[in-house]
Amino acid sequence: MNIFKKTIISVLASLFIMTNVYSDTIKIGTEGAYPPWNSKDASGKLIGFEVELAWTLCRYIGKQCEIVEQDWDGMIPALLMRKFDAIMAGMSITDERLKTINFSQGYADEVAQLAVMKGSDLEGMDTPSGINLSIGGGAVKKALKTIEGALAGKTVCVQTATIHQNFLDSGDVGSVNVRTYKTQDEVNLDLASGRCDVALAAAVAFTDYAEKSGKPVVLVGPTFSGGAFGNGVGVGIRKGGSGAIGERDAQLLKDFNMAINKARKNGDISRIATKWFGFDASM
Amino acid sequence: MDLELMINSFPKLLNASVITIKLLSLSLFFGLFIGLFFAVMRMSKNIIFNKFAYGYSYLFRGTPLLVQIFIIYFGFGQIEFIRNSFLWIILKEPYWCAIIAFALNTGAYTSEILRSAFQTIKKGYIEAGKSLGISSKIIFYKIQIPIAIRQSLPAYGNEIILMLKGTSLASTVTLMDLTGVAKYIISTTFKPIEVFIVAGSIYLFMTFIIHNLIKFLERKYNY
Repeated sequence: MNIFKKTIISVLASLFIMTNVYSDTIKIGTEGAYPPWNSKDASGKLIGFEVELAWTLCRYIGKQCEIVEQDWDGMIPALLMRKFDAIMAGMSITDERLKTINFSQGYADEVAQLAVMKGSDLEGMDTPSGINLSIGGGAVKKALKTIEGALAGKTVCVQTATIHQNFLDSGDVGSVNVRTYKTQDEVNLDLASGRCDVALAAAVAFTDYAEKSGKPVVLVGPTFSGGAFGNGVGVGIRKGGSGAIGERDAQLLKDFNMAINKARKNGDISRIATKWFGFDASM
Repeated sequence: MDLELMINSFPKLLNASVITIKLLSLSLFFGLFIGLFFAVMRMSKNIIFNKFAYGYSYLFRGTPLLVQIFIIYFGFGQIEFIRNSFLWIILKEPYWCAIIAFALNTGAYTSEILRSAFQTIKKGYIEAGKSLGISSKIIFYKIQIPIAIRQSLPAYGNEIILMLKGTSLASTVTLMDLTGVAKYIISTTFKPIEVFIVAGSIYLFMTFIIHNLIKFLERKYNY
């Protein structure tokens, strides 16, 4: 009986110690399926721009970090359920997401673009090379009209719960036949197979796929930014509630903002971004 | 708990269950024929037919439905030769890919259910038919099949319910079925619990209907 009691006590004690350690470690959630932002190498290890940046930011914060994998479509719910404390998953800062969670300042920015397979009739679309939806104006309106005409009757594929889906659902380019996928990999597969006439995602996601698969994927139309596309990519953190846990979340937001400032000043973000993107995507 | 979200998402989810029901009924329809075909093959004395039917049921019962859908949807889409053939007209559509996968899967289970039902038919029934001079074709259609259907009702009812839940995998190949729409609503509201509770209740209600329908049929064809 005595041994039994001892065992229980030591198990309880170890649990207690574990929770203590756990609360001191920052858990960061990432998708691991959105190269070059975050992905996995052949051995299953998480790699990519954000994985490397996360370790750098943690060094500046001065706390232990752990990076955990989470499917994209459950990313924000998982954060809210405290499966991890922060999101670094190429998640753009948008008004819609800000209703539910907080974001640190942006650390990198990307432009979105449409992609088709070589030989598509969408090639050579007559639009400016880039449009910013936040600025708007006649040129943007004209470009959106051109895109609306080009997308009519086409199947447009996007990853679910992304800014790209939000844009297509927003009505800016009329009513589009949208098909949503769980991962960007699946979007790429169906673009190549011809089930999708055109796809929308971060331009780098397509160039990365084209490079690795050798498939003739071509970017068309303008690069998109602003509006539904948000204001850069930041660290997603729970809105600080009341009590000790809420304070911890509020502190975490401050810590990340501080760390991003330092990393930017020291040139870490530019360096890591250039390494993974091939150009300086930092902001 | 966000009650308003639950109420607002209900009509959208109900609308999406039409696709779920379509997927279920079409797969069951095709699956029943596939199942009957392979059950008869399985009972054949011809070793090639027998082994082929055995292999089919072994393959489709031994691999996850999700893997089967992925092979048919993403796998076949990778093969140039299929993309250039007439098959692509059907395989291009996620809807038909899902139905093919579901029908082949439920067909394998149905063939086993029907085979065991056929095998439990007492020899006396068939002998009685023969002694009355009825041809073996008529015996098969008028005696064996009706008895087998009655025998297999409870097990087949289970299979229908399993298939209903299996249709939720259609959302993995971009179909906006009940689960697909639930996921879509979650992607904009970030509230999985509320939406999945509503979606789950709709599935439960459909199961309730199927369960009672089977029970009614069992009672009706009791002998």
